[in-house]
Amino acid sequence: MSPATDLGFLLHKHPDRVQEFGQSFGTARVLYPEASEHRCTAALLLEVDPVRLVRSRGKSSPDFSLGQYVNDRPYAASSLLAVALADVFRTARTGRCTARQELADGPIPLELGLPALPCRGGADLARRLFEPLGWQVEATAVPLDDDFPEWGDSRYVRLTLRGEVRLADALNHLYVLLPVLDDAKHYWIAGDEVDKLIRAGGGWLGAHPERVLITRRYLGRRWALARTAFARLAEIGDDVEESLEPPAEEEIADAQHDSDTTTGTDAAPDADGADGAGEAAEESQAAGPRTPLNTVRRDTVVSVLEEIGARSVVDLGCGSGQLVSALLSRPSFTRVTGVDVSARALAMAARKLRLDRMPDAKRARVELFQGSLTYTDARFAGHDAAVLMEVVEHVDPPRLPALERVVFGVARPRHVVVTTPNVEHNVKYEGLADPEGGPSRMRHPDHRFEWTRAEFAAWAAGVCDAYGYEAAFRPVGEDDPEVGPPTQMAVFRLPAQPPTP
Amino acid sequence: MEISVPRMALVLLVGISGSGKSTFAARHFAPTQVISSDYCRGLVSDDENDQSATPDAFDVLHYIVGTRLRRGLLTVVDATNVQWEARKQLIELAKSHDVLVDAIVLDVPEEVAIARNAARPDRAFGAHVITRQRKDLRRSLGKISRDGFRRVHVLRGEEIDDAVITYERAWSDRTELTGPFDIIGDVHGCRSELETLLRTLGWTVTPTGAVHPEGRTAVFVGDLVDRGPDTPGVLRLVMGMVEAGTALCVSGNHEQKLVRALNGRKVRVAHGLEESLTQLAGEPEEFRDAAKAFMDGLVSHYRLDGGALVVAHAGLKEAYHGRASGRVRAFALYGDTTGETDEYGLPVRYPWADEYRGRAMVVYGHTPTTEPEWVNNTICLDTGAVFGGSLTALRYPERRIVSVPAEKVWYEPVRPLTSQYSRDPGVLDIGDVTGTRYVETRYGGRVKIAQENSAAALEIMSRFSVDPRWLVYLPPTMAPPETSALDGFLEHPDQAFEEYSRAGVSRVVCEEKHMGSRAIAVLARTPEAAAKRFGVTDGTTGSVYTRTGRPFFDSLTGELVDRLRDAVSPLWDELETDWVVLDCELLPWSAKAEGLIRDQYASVGAAARTALPEALAVLETAAGRGLDVGGLVDRTRRRLDNAALFRDAYARYCWPVSGLDGVRLAPFQILACEGRATAVLEPHSWHLDVLGRLESGILAPTRHVYVSLDSEEERAAAVDWWSALTGSGGEGMVVKPVEHTPGRVQPGIKVRGREYLRIIYGPDYTESLGELRGRFLGRKRSLASREHALGLEALTRLAEGEPLWRVHEMVFAVLALESEPVDPRL
Repeated sequence: MSPATDLGFLLHKHPDRVQEFGQSFGTARVLYPEASEHRCTAALLLEVDPVRLVRSRGKSSPDFSLGQYVNDRPYAASSLLAVALADVFRTARTGRCTARQELADGPIPLELGLPALPCRGGADLARRLFEPLGWQVEATAVPLDDDFPEWGDSRYVRLTLRGEVRLADALNHLYVLLPVLDDAKHYWIAGDEVDKLIRAGGGWLGAHPERVLITRRYLGRRWALARTAFARLAEIGDDVEESLEPPAEEEIADAQHDSDTTTGTDAAPDADGADGAGEAAEESQAAGPRTPLNTVRRDTVVSVLEEIGARSVVDLGCGSGQLVSALLSRPSFTRVTGVDVSARALAMAARKLRLDRMPDAKRARVELFQGSLTYTDARFAGHDAAVLMEVVEHVDPPRLPALERVVFGVARPRHVVVTTPNVEHNVKYEGLADPEGGPSRMRHPDHRFEWTRAEFAAWAAGVCDAYGYEAAFRPVGEDDPEVGPPTQMAVFRLPAQPPTP
Repeated sequence: MEISVPRMALVLLVGISGSGKSTFAARHFAPTQVISSDYCRGLVSDDENDQSATPDAFDVLHYIVGTRLRRGLLTVVDATNVQWEARKQLIELAKSHDVLVDAIVLDVPEEVAIARNAARPDRAFGAHVITRQRKDLRRSLGKISRDGFRRVHVLRGEEIDDAVITYERAWSDRTELTGPFDIIGDVHGCRSELETLLRTLGWTVTPTGAVHPEGRTAVFVGDLVDRGPDTPGVLRLVMGMVEAGTALCVSGNHEQKLVRALNGRKVRVAHGLEESLTQLAGEPEEFRDAAKAFMDGLVSHYRLDGGALVVAHAGLKEAYHGRASGRVRAFALYGDTTGETDEYGLPVRYPWADEYRGRAMVVYGHTPTTEPEWVNNTICLDTGAVFGGSLTALRYPERRIVSVPAEKVWYEPVRPLTSQYSRDPGVLDIGDVTGTRYVETRYGGRVKIAQENSAAALEIMSRFSVDPRWLVYLPPTMAPPETSALDGFLEHPDQAFEEYSRAGVSRVVCEEKHMGSRAIAVLARTPEAAAKRFGVTDGTTGSVYTRTGRPFFDSLTGELVDRLRDAVSPLWDELETDWVVLDCELLPWSAKAEGLIRDQYASVGAAARTALPEALAVLETAAGRGLDVGGLVDRTRRRLDNAALFRDAYARYCWPVSGLDGVRLAPFQILACEGRATAVLEPHSWHLDVLGRLESGILAPTRHVYVSLDSEEERAAAVDWWSALTGSGGEGMVVKPVEHTPGRVQPGIKVRGREYLRIIYGPDYTESLGELRGRFLGRKRSLASREHALGLEALTRLAEGEPLWRVHEMVFAVLALESEPVDPRL
């Protein structure tokens, strides 16, 4: 049996020395608080220099938020630590060790401790990520502030991993999974690091049951490197930026499929709508032939537009452009206009539609621009139909009359298609229903209200009355005999001839 | 020879190549007024004689000419214009901008032109070109007067060199008259009411005229005639006043129709025309003729007072002000209609005033309404005197409404009188806010708003802001002082005092900076006051919102507004107002910012608290083994202490609230009230005094001290005050000049405490003060100045009763500027 101090050979760091490694954002040190035959502990301490951290981010990320200066990077086992670890233990990660190759090649008893591991998804996610790799996981949530117990737990867990694992593998597990767990909103490492991380997952990532989540968290964050002026406004308003994100791609898992979700995505949407949504949608697809609700909804809207013979359509609140894309793929729609108030959603839509490489003939049929439903806008006019798909519920009730005026009063297309959640149906969603029988939760944190069928009908009647439209209703999704469909739809129509006196 | 052209017009020079058009143009017009086809050809081809570039050259020419005409500039086109088709396009362009067109023809003999061209090396084309042009011109001259020109001036021989250009002003141009005016709504033959109204306004009235002792001028919006009991009497009085120069009158649609009837044209006798015809039949023929001539000569609109006031019978959109065309006249007489008719068979009017964004006040009549109502700086004065309503005048520039009731219902209305607008003033237009904008403020000049900042603001405004009718102000950012050199301090009061002293400010006030969330409270005394001043008719009576315009509490805002209204109720009488806008701090910080505190500050605290003791333990054990860990142990211990101080710094501003219990508001400035932008007009001492007298559980006082900057003792005392304040956990203080100080002086300087700055600069900032002292304040200070100017402009516009979009423009601009990249720690 080799002495525990052989760890020094495996790590290529002498147990009796304190070694320093300069990083672009601070200094990493390796030292051994204990080094005996039976037990040897190597510590990697990363001292982050906040000033250098800011500078290391470079000019490409115009980040002017306070989070850049006051953050957990100097304390937490974050993606920065992963970068330092990769650098400091570069050779050890390859599994090469001329002095003790047989030791390096096989599993050895290891214990890894991370006192403050940022872990979005909580202790449970840490277990789900590490256990399949052969670790015994001990993960304890760290409370946010002992004096404010009502604030609950922080995003950090104290993590201890024990197991018989090859050292190189152990290092690579950390290297890849630390940033996954951290899942920092704004990447603290350069974009090309992402590719390196994926490569480091080589041998084991492909078989990992959570590989989808792991890769999505990497790739999903890549494009968000640069922050916008919008983020700054969130902060000065004492708001968390996430709470202001555009409500694009929201969806919740279908109730029936909750039980067999493996990623543990809550049926209730989490604060990060985009992430939870993607996961949920995929989940329901993987679980069976049932079509996700957002697809059903989009298809219904498209067929309604075809039924009424609309040729030009303005999608008010187009988000990332799913409906715009569906309409463009049908030649009968000769002009498709996508409008959103979020510049970010529009950028996403332009990217997903591949606007910059679209053939001229198709490109000529589509237009995207920023607009707001509470400001009259001449560009909204002149379409056969306007679509408000899952939009009205994002508008504060006192501002609805303004929206009605802008759409029905001023833009005044012959048809307006409106969809919105049917709140009665929420009892069918496990995470939303109140076990006490009280009112259910809403489906998305940005929803300002969700209507019953009667409330929706009453609103539509008011609009018809004020602006001379007629409304017809139809269900979207399975029409439950008791609580109705998950989504309700109204098709507003201007009578062909204005009534003559 | 004198050539008279309209002051705002398109002038076409017509003549063959070599006829001397360019020379003529250069002699009589400014270079920028003359657009030549040769020049445009050069622009698009680098060769003024490249005939293949002609179509593109004329595209450019038409674009430039169109832009100039839209902007109301006299424009001269220097091209041959010998062909009818070429002239027609330009005439249509002018008509599309409602501008008159004159032609000046230079009729030069062919030989002269050929000789001139031959002398110019750049004119390589042959004489046959000239001959052809000459032929075209000759053919044109015969019928050019039918092209659609207002006038065609043909010059030959000597006349060309002797020509003198004079300018005619438009009939509508009475901009030299500055008033004061009494603008009077639709009279419709109500002579007695008219006399009563004039006397109420202080006029001396006789049957054939009226004068005002203060030299006021009456302006009639038209529709003097029809329906009422004494159309001849009204005409006699107004004709006398106009002739004497004490009144102006624009034509109404009823005068128009009456003239046609009097001329024997076939018109449908309806809408009260019969009354006029009958009454006039009883008048002597000379009067009938005079009245007919008077009515026939009325112009359709007037621009007055340097263009600041426009009077037209049915109103006029901005693009038509001062213009002349059939459709301008039709708009002025009949208004804008949608082409539909309502259930009474009357035309449905298009709400042009909702979209009006012009600077000129537009006063009109035509559509009877129960009460005159301002819509975007326009007002309709027809209050249906003949239908038993009232006869109304607007005093200008006072903007005061004076009405006298009708003596009886003289004529039954087809449609019952209602309030004219079912408009929703909460709806703004995207054009009011988007894109790159330059907004004018009277307190800081022109402020540029970049497109990307507008885009960010549009999203926040649309998705999160309170109703724009309540969002009348957003507070500006505030700069810290120059960095202190004092050991252990980044900020200190000395630098603030020094800066103001250098700027010539003699007295400042130091106000306690409450560590909460900035809040603007807009409070109306009653739902009626809310409707009248803010146009809010849903029964809400106020709003309390954050510095980005978001509501503080979803469902509790109404209750908060109610409590605050109670708390400030002494202000209604004291300030003679029924609404007020207050600048406040809402406490505790955690009431609004709990998410941010948890996500950002408490998280950092938790990570530090958990990680640093372990790091320290590792280092101490390693040191115990004899490893050389250098100064790391000490440094880590210090960081652990800093982390504890950091945690205390944010926790101090958090306390649990339940509903509104525990929530307090600290008002420190009365931004505006009825008729007064008090933020501009009153010194801070006034604000603090008035607010300090309010007593209520929900209000927190703002402690403050005054400092005469020339007194060392007072400065020292204020520093001690600040030290005590921040020593016991206070955020810091704000130093402001007591009096509103125009110019480049910062409106306020915040001096933050040493411990508070940990949550701004990070727990360990005290370890790197040296580096941090190099901070750059320029951008922040400039931003603070610009936002301050925008904010004061918004308040002034609000107090002056300007339309919503004018206030919103400023508020939106503040929000947009806030998204500019500036070091967030400042």
